[in-house]
Amino acid sequence: MYRYDEFDQTLVAERVEQFRRQVQRRLTGEISEDQFKPLRLMNGLYMQLHAYMLRVNVPYGSLSSEQMHKFAHIARTYDKGFGHFTTRQNIQYNWVKLEDAPDLLRELADVEVTAIQSSGNCVRNITSDQYAGRGGDEIEDPRIYCELLRQYTVLHPEFSYLPRKFKIAVTGAPKDRAAVAVHDIGLRMHLNDAGQMRFEVLVGGGQGRTPFIAHTIRESLEPEHLLSYVEAILRVYNIHGRRDNINKARIKIIVNQMGIERYRELVDEEWERIKDGSLKVPQEEIDRINAYFASPEYEVLEDISEELDAVRKIDEEFDRWMKSNVVAHKVSGYSIVNITLKAPGRVPGDINADDMDAVADLADQYSLGEIRISHRQNLTLVDVKQQALHSLWQELKLLELATPNLGQITDIICCPGLDYCGLANARSIPVADDINQHFVDVDRLALVGDLTINISGCMNACGHHHVGNIGILGVDKRGKEFFQLTLGGSSDEHASLGDRLGPGLPQADVPIAIEAIVDQYLQDRQEDERFLDTYRRIGIEPFKKAVYGTPESKDVA
Amino acid sequence: MALIKDGKLVDDVFVYVGDDVTLPADGAVIVNLERWQSSREELLQRNEPVGIRLRSDQPPDLIGACLKKLAVVALEFPAFRDGRAYSYARLLREKYDYRGELRAVGDVLLEQLHFMVRTGIDAFEIHSEDPIGDFEIAAADFSVWYQPTADGRRTALELRRQRS
Amino acid sequence: MQMIIASRLDDGRVVFIDAAAAWADSIEDGVVLESQAEIDRLMGEATQAVEDCVIVEPYLIEVVVENGARRPVEAREAIRAFGPSARTDQLIGRE
Repeated sequence: MYRYDEFDQTLVAERVEQFRRQVQRRLTGEISEDQFKPLRLMNGLYMQLHAYMLRVNVPYGSLSSEQMHKFAHIARTYDKGFGHFTTRQNIQYNWVKLEDAPDLLRELADVEVTAIQSSGNCVRNITSDQYAGRGGDEIEDPRIYCELLRQYTVLHPEFSYLPRKFKIAVTGAPKDRAAVAVHDIGLRMHLNDAGQMRFEVLVGGGQGRTPFIAHTIRESLEPEHLLSYVEAILRVYNIHGRRDNINKARIKIIVNQMGIERYRELVDEEWERIKDGSLKVPQEEIDRINAYFASPEYEVLEDISEELDAVRKIDEEFDRWMKSNVVAHKVSGYSIVNITLKAPGRVPGDINADDMDAVADLADQYSLGEIRISHRQNLTLVDVKQQALHSLWQELKLLELATPNLGQITDIICCPGLDYCGLANARSIPVADDINQHFVDVDRLALVGDLTINISGCMNACGHHHVGNIGILGVDKRGKEFFQLTLGGSSDEHASLGDRLGPGLPQADVPIAIEAIVDQYLQDRQEDERFLDTYRRIGIEPFKKAVYGTPESKDVA
Repeated sequence: MALIKDGKLVDDVFVYVGDDVTLPADGAVIVNLERWQSSREELLQRNEPVGIRLRSDQPPDLIGACLKKLAVVALEFPAFRDGRAYSYARLLREKYDYRGELRAVGDVLLEQLHFMVRTGIDAFEIHSEDPIGDFEIAAADFSVWYQPTADGRRTALELRRQRS
Repeated sequence: MQMIIASRLDDGRVVFIDAAAAWADSIEDGVVLESQAEIDRLMGEATQAVEDCVIVEPYLIEVVVENGARRPVEAREAIRAFGPSARTDQLIGRE
């Protein structure tokens, strides 16, 4: 994991003191709320329905056990004892006081954690793949470049007042677990013919009111040019991005308005001028950062999958969990273990302080002290010895953190919704809970297999509903909450936006509709098609019929 | 309204002249781009320092060819959220190698001064009870910088290389 | 029936104006506004409270009385008054 040197530490400490001053000036009235708001947002602090909400960065989703213990401490000391992990690998605290914020940030800085630019019209947390550095299908560890980009974008003097927020994601593997196609800039690694790593640069993806899949702006970019190319993209966006309408201000709008060819022209023109200048990344800087992400000292262990299979044959529950939540590690004898924060009765992505401490302890005991946050609001322990899997599983069971549902129906991505968020039109958490209560049978879950449900409480799409296999969007119709379903979304390397299923449904009908969709899928699927595959093969009509019936039957909303 | 230039409170020798206003007999003036375009000869014949004030929707390539004649380029920040002029400042310094005064005008607040300085702006029209105090606070906000700009400050990367 | 709701600046908590133009934590301790004159007077006080850096974003809301208790009509304000409907602090956890 990256460790701050004296330069990183100084900058973060100075930022905390700057914010302390800004809070003082606000509390005494020297600056107005209007003047203070962008400053507050650039330090991650929102005014929400109940209190201030603080969004804390977990850069590219990598967290040490020490940092997780600090998160627990913050939850107890400054909040109501819990936190919420988000779809951008951040953690949110919902009950923060403005007057406490500088001290809270000071405590986070002590363990090299910040809330810098987790909000605001600037470049946000750089996100990545929760298996980075450990998955067998990786070309290179994307976190090296995430860290490079993080430093480059933090307190960038030119790009702190962009037209709107800016989100960058990086994937180091062909299998995209970072949703790069729906980011403002997406970076995909590949190998060229000479076996050298290159980035495919994507631009203009995004969800929200007007979702778009990103376009390829450059097929092949050398790593040394990463920062200068990103600077060119940002500069063109800063100058040309719309500022007349907050709903039309993202880069996806301007890219689609002028066309990717024109946008590329403008970027390339600027890039030609700057690419060999001071932003060219020296190999020694890549090497310096790379050293922080070097693989830990692994023991030389045999693969014991066969022995585990024997255990799994007699322990059905363990078998189920292994099948759904445990994936292969690139090093023999090790595994990657996923902990979903999703289960009946749980608020998706939420975790209380005791459990944070427990997971941190398990990370130390079983996984070399490191935890990852995924954009599906789950946790991952990336370095678990196969021989310790059964023991870890039993400990997780005691904590009720062993739900075997990764990527399944009850592994729901869900935004905080109207229960917390000032932007929401509808409550999303009760919808997730309803669905969870309907799909309690773990065998049925396993039978259905991979099926992602993503719920957003409003068009801002923080729940990523556009790219859920089933997407659910809360809308307000004449003062009542309705939920619009979409089918066929996907955030992986074959990204697609969901198709609208039909008129909005009242909350009570949503789980019934999900049941009908699942039944239709089970009926029509061939071989081992996932839901998404069946949908792409048979189209939306069978599902429309299943949920809404034939035109003659009763309409729902 | 106070003018800070190179970290000091100074008198403003420039006068803004509106589009339809007769140019004064002598003295330094700043005009809009439209006025520059319509009265260019007249402005140059006066043989006095002249400057152009750019709105936030007027990028510097509109004046790239005539920068050598300009003593001042004033960049408008109509609302502090409108960050286009940060890019304009960098382009003026780094692409066009502009050496004259680069002045921030409009909604210029203490909390944005540090970034403005980094992009190459060296003069500020500030509305504040203590402009120099504000400026000194802002200038001292950070001592470590990640990104290279033309301000000559050494980045963390450069310092790390030097150390090793 | 109407009340004025706002957020307190220093801790962000939801507050309701009372008859003395002070800010109460509970909806029961706020004042129900019965006349336009009262609305005008207290909205004026609220505006002053914004200037004085006590609160932000004051606005009028509709409330009803159900079973002797006050309740905002809109779901959003009800959630603000009574807390999230999903009680996250009652998660399944270790006993």
